[in-house]
Amino acid sequence: MIPACRLADLPRGEAHRLDIDPPVSVFHTDDGELFAIDDTCTHQDASLADGWLEGCEVECPLHASKFDLRTGAVDAPPAKLPVRTHEVVVEDGMVYVQLSTAAPNLPPCISARLAGGPA
Amino acid sequence: MRTVAVVGASLAGLSAARSLRKQGYDGRLVVVGDEPHRPYDRPPLSKEFLAGTLGEAELALETDDEDLAAEWLLGTRAVGLDHRGRTVRLADGREVRADGFVLATGAAARTLPGSEGLAGVHTLRTLDDARALRDELARGGRLVVIGGGFIGAEVASTAYALGLEVTVVEAAPTPLAGPLGETMGAVVSGLHADHGVRLVCGVGVKGLSGESRVDAVLLEDGCSLPADIVVVGVGARPNVEWLEGSGIALDNGVKCGADGRTSLAAVVAVGDCANWYDPRAGHHRRVEHWTGALERPDAAIATLLAQGAVEPGVPRPPYFWSDQYGVKIQFAGHAAAADSVTVEAGSADGRDVLAVYRRAGDPVAVLGMNQPKLFTRWRKQLGAPR
Repeated sequence: MIPACRLADLPRGEAHRLDIDPPVSVFHTDDGELFAIDDTCTHQDASLADGWLEGCEVECPLHASKFDLRTGAVDAPPAKLPVRTHEVVVEDGMVYVQLSTAAPNLPPCISARLAGGPA
Repeated sequence: MRTVAVVGASLAGLSAARSLRKQGYDGRLVVVGDEPHRPYDRPPLSKEFLAGTLGEAELALETDDEDLAAEWLLGTRAVGLDHRGRTVRLADGREVRADGFVLATGAAARTLPGSEGLAGVHTLRTLDDARALRDELARGGRLVVIGGGFIGAEVASTAYALGLEVTVVEAAPTPLAGPLGETMGAVVSGLHADHGVRLVCGVGVKGLSGESRVDAVLLEDGCSLPADIVVVGVGARPNVEWLEGSGIALDNGVKCGADGRTSLAAVVAVGDCANWYDPRAGHHRRVEHWTGALERPDAAIATLLAQGAVEPGVPRPPYFWSDQYGVKIQFAGHAAAADSVTVEAGSADGRDVLAVYRRAGDPVAVLGMNQPKLFTRWRKQLGAPR
């Protein structure tokens, strides 16, 4: 498990990005629930932690793709592939993330960079 | 309602078809499109697709496993709406009878009079336009872009990155002054000069020269700009000629209420062809943004299925983005309504500005250059009920 942040440092309606590779973000919804998903939009290189959080949905800050925080599913285009979801555990006021072992769906520009091709 | 015809197969038409199924409509669904292609994403046509870094398959808007149970009539244009007979007539002679209609025929790029048939002159709206322009840009040379708006600026940025010698001509003294206001229009269009792209402002285009192929753009002040390729980016006009004589109210597109209802029962309009009433602004405002084509069909379909018996909500403020020279430009709201513009973060010179437009102290619009996080915060605030 990866320590993310103290729960007290993550107010409702906010997100905290873990700068791991690929980055993961923890969202604290207005209803007080915690969710962790891959931070990078599957459409293009954008940080979902910078996006518009509403209910259990986050909208990409650039092109308005929407992802369901509970399942990672795409609720609105242009994204077509889901983000991974990760388990969140809170212990003694600390937020931890248990990373998914599934393969991430990264946008084409990032996939190309990781493959050593042109970015 | 047993049959709904969606006329238009781009983002607005697809979003309407999705809304119909999402809202429980299980009758026959016919989608008519004038292009031969399944719905595709247009914003990359002036950016990644034109640059050659994104292929055609990646433009598809539908997912692989998506099935809307629709009949797709593609590659055929709608030429008439017979409201009494509940029929849409198509250019190939076919007719589609339906109980409900969604008009989503979009807009077409304006052209330069007298440029027809001259090789090397392009507009950019469709996938076919983008393919043709991409092939020409790949050969290099001198590009003149007529119009300093977003499409023109994005093409200039892409062509610059491809190594072409680029000049942008804008008739107004400041490009983008309409959507962004004078001050910020100058800041954003300053990106051209930052990269050595020549920007000529405040002078109109008299015409083009060339026998079979364009060789120069002639300006009103007597100057001539040598050109191997010309892109005309002077705006778009709504595709509504086919509705003339149908009895539907037209005014800068299809005149609509705040939920897409038109003057005809069981007919709604969405996307670039639709001139919706904007309750925030207090007047009609035709929005040509991608996000409008994505989001507004939900409300229009609710109205269509309820046969007009729902109260229209207040849509989110219009939002659009543009990518130029590696800078993410984002804008939401109405610049024209503002009486002041203040820089809240970053700086104009640093090209990382976050500017807030206010009217009598209330935020009415926000502009961000490479400021996605702050921009989203302000955009949310604009959308909050007051």
